Amino acid sequence: MNTQEHAVSHVHRDDIASRMGMWLFLFTELLLFGGMFFLYSVYRFMNAEEFHVAAKELNTLIGCFNTAILLTSSLTMALSITAIQKDNKRLSILFQVITISLALGFMVNKYFEWTTKFDHGIYPGSDTLLAKEPGEILFFGLYYVMTGLHGLHVVIGAVLIGVMTRFTIKGVITKDSFVKLEAAGLYWHLVDIIWIFLFPLFYLIT
Amino acid sequence: MTSDAMVVNGKEPSYLEYRGKGKGLKSWIFSTDHKRIGILYLCSLLLFYSVGVIFGFLMRLELIAPGRTIMDPQTYNQIFTLHGVIMIFLFVIPGIPAVFGNFFLPILIGAKDVAFPRINLFSWYLFVTGGLLAILSITLPGGSADTGWTFYVPYSVRTGTNVIFTVFAAFILGFSSILTGLNFVTTVHRMRAPGMSWFKMPLSIWSFYATAWVQVLATPIIGITLLLIAIERWFGVGLFDPALGGDPVLYQHLFWIYSHPAVYIMILPAMGIISEIIPVFARRSIFGYKFIAFSSIGIALFGSLVWAHHMFTVGMSDTGMFVFSILTFLVAIPSAIKVFNWTATLYKGSIDLKPPLYFALGFIFLFSIGGLTGLFQGTLAINIQVHDTSFIVAHFHYVMFGGTGFGIFAAMHYWLPKMFGRMYNHKAAKTAFWFLFIGFNTLYFPMFIMGWLGMPRRYYDYLPEFHIYHLISTIGSWILITGLIIMFTNLIRSLRKREVVTENNIWGGETLEWQIPTPPPLENFEHIPTITEKPYEYKQNEEPELEEIK
Repeated sequence: MNTQEHAVSHVHRDDIASRMGMWLFLFTELLLFGGMFFLYSVYRFMNAEEFHVAAKELNTLIGCFNTAILLTSSLTMALSITAIQKDNKRLSILFQVITISLALGFMVNKYFEWTTKFDHGIYPGSDTLLAKEPGEILFFGLYYVMTGLHGLHVVIGAVLIGVMTRFTIKGVITKDSFVKLEAAGLYWHLVDIIWIFLFPLFYLIT
Repeated sequence: MTSDAMVVNGKEPSYLEYRGKGKGLKSWIFSTDHKRIGILYLCSLLLFYSVGVIFGFLMRLELIAPGRTIMDPQTYNQIFTLHGVIMIFLFVIPGIPAVFGNFFLPILIGAKDVAFPRINLFSWYLFVTGGLLAILSITLPGGSADTGWTFYVPYSVRTGTNVIFTVFAAFILGFSSILTGLNFVTTVHRMRAPGMSWFKMPLSIWSFYATAWVQVLATPIIGITLLLIAIERWFGVGLFDPALGGDPVLYQHLFWIYSHPAVYIMILPAMGIISEIIPVFARRSIFGYKFIAFSSIGIALFGSLVWAHHMFTVGMSDTGMFVFSILTFLVAIPSAIKVFNWTATLYKGSIDLKPPLYFALGFIFLFSIGGLTGLFQGTLAINIQVHDTSFIVAHFHYVMFGGTGFGIFAAMHYWLPKMFGRMYNHKAAKTAFWFLFIGFNTLYFPMFIMGWLGMPRRYYDYLPEFHIYHLISTIGSWILITGLIIMFTNLIRSLRKREVVTENNIWGGETLEWQIPTPPPLENFEHIPTITEKPYEYKQNEEPELEEIK
């Protein structure tokens, strides 16, 4: 193993191990959401009709817009890694800041989308929702939980990229050592991928 | 740990002497040394274990006679729930990987630490947080959860107790377990010493590796399932509650998709320990190395596909039941391979009956009973008879306590002298073993009989005809606890008073931990060793020099 060092300190660098650890962590995230996708598919199978009706309530336009935002943010994230690899620190920071802004934009949209639903009286435990068919209650339950948990991941991802921006400014992340930024990028792409599945399941299949 | 538990070994300071940045407690709770983290886990784990034992003892005491004895039914429900949560999430699951895995995995593969030392420490903080959360929920108004450790819906979303606290504790503990698994998989892939190919790894590493994969892949499912329970209770979101269109059986599927593989998270590392101990005390190379190695992977693989055998009575399709029954039988094959290989290793070995081997043999005996009665339950027709009876309770205690519990005890007697450089009293260890072994069987065997006769599990009260079995069982619990007290007193006393051991190779083992000083130096190895031989080559082995300590 070329990575073993004889220094007394515990400092020891192995980028492949870091990447491997990150991928394993992403597996666990996929399985976490996998549990919910499993619930979605079973309940959809059991209540196909009601899921169909309930999905019409969602605003496809905002959904499309948010999808575009997230896809673009994945691009800027990838660009920031390429920029640091080419030793262009300023450009990398710029792309990271754009990524964070896009994440915030996504959350703002999400906020308006959710509050509109709340105004229509559709939220867990509301009378309007409880008056609906059981399948529709399930649909909105899953909608809030899955997009909510995804939103939480967007926030965590944005904070993570914020920390990376700080590292880049301070010179911790450099041309020769960018595995941290890469890991944050992987996480961000995961957030993106999960959305790519959430979007059609909730907004498009009507 | 106390300062007198230190031994000076040459020039390299041992990990017990090296203090790092802080002093006293700080040098422990901020240390990223895998050995210190292992000991942090050991101390907190034993603390939680003693709470679990006390709850178990109280439950048995309540059941000594029909009707109310010492507590009311609600308290009883809460106590058996906490007993389950503590024993499973805080003792049996982290028991071997987090304590002995952390301490010995890097040493056994010739590495200086795990791949992510800081994540390793973080996982311990999560562990302690989760543990305290679970235990402190008793003090809250409303009390701790009374659902059983399975948190079945719809009761878990309707009961007035603090279910959110307990499921959140389990969620955090799951996260801790994932991080340990992630660390071990990466460490085994990236940090093996030069020359240590996959088939030169000690068998315990195979077990830890298989376990780590199950931890990484199965735990997120229970994480999300428990989180959903919390969300459903908190916000009234319709997910599993049938009143809101949900399907409680779906909850059970999701729960067991993790919780059955979790059984293998619990047992596989113990099997690894036994595979280390048996060849050392039989002074023979292990019989069928590759079979044992692959059976670990086989158990992890098949074990992940059998979850629905917990649910044969909920009304599945016949095809589904048939498939899950067959798979359950298949999973017995790799387990049996291990048992046969261990006994074949003992055959014609020059057996040295030291305390670790006592516990290892106890493991084989009790695990065999537990494993075979598992097959009873995998049989569809018999499952209907024994489902939700104390037969099941007996079965999983034979596997979890008789198996993993005795595995942990075996590991303690095998490795604690190495970890602290102190030898315990062998005679007291053997006495403790007999108390534990006899107490264990007296406690749990009657449960097989009364379960077969129809005694339901989790019940607070029972018909008079079951009295005799409950009485014997409760007496067994006293014998067992006496054994535990003798064992732990002996081990803890050894750290303070008993003889200092400085030999590298205490038991005459061939694996890497016996090649380095006792207790291990901070960096484990002065030079990373190059591995040229298989791990259990006993031909050139001399007799161990250490005389038995009286």
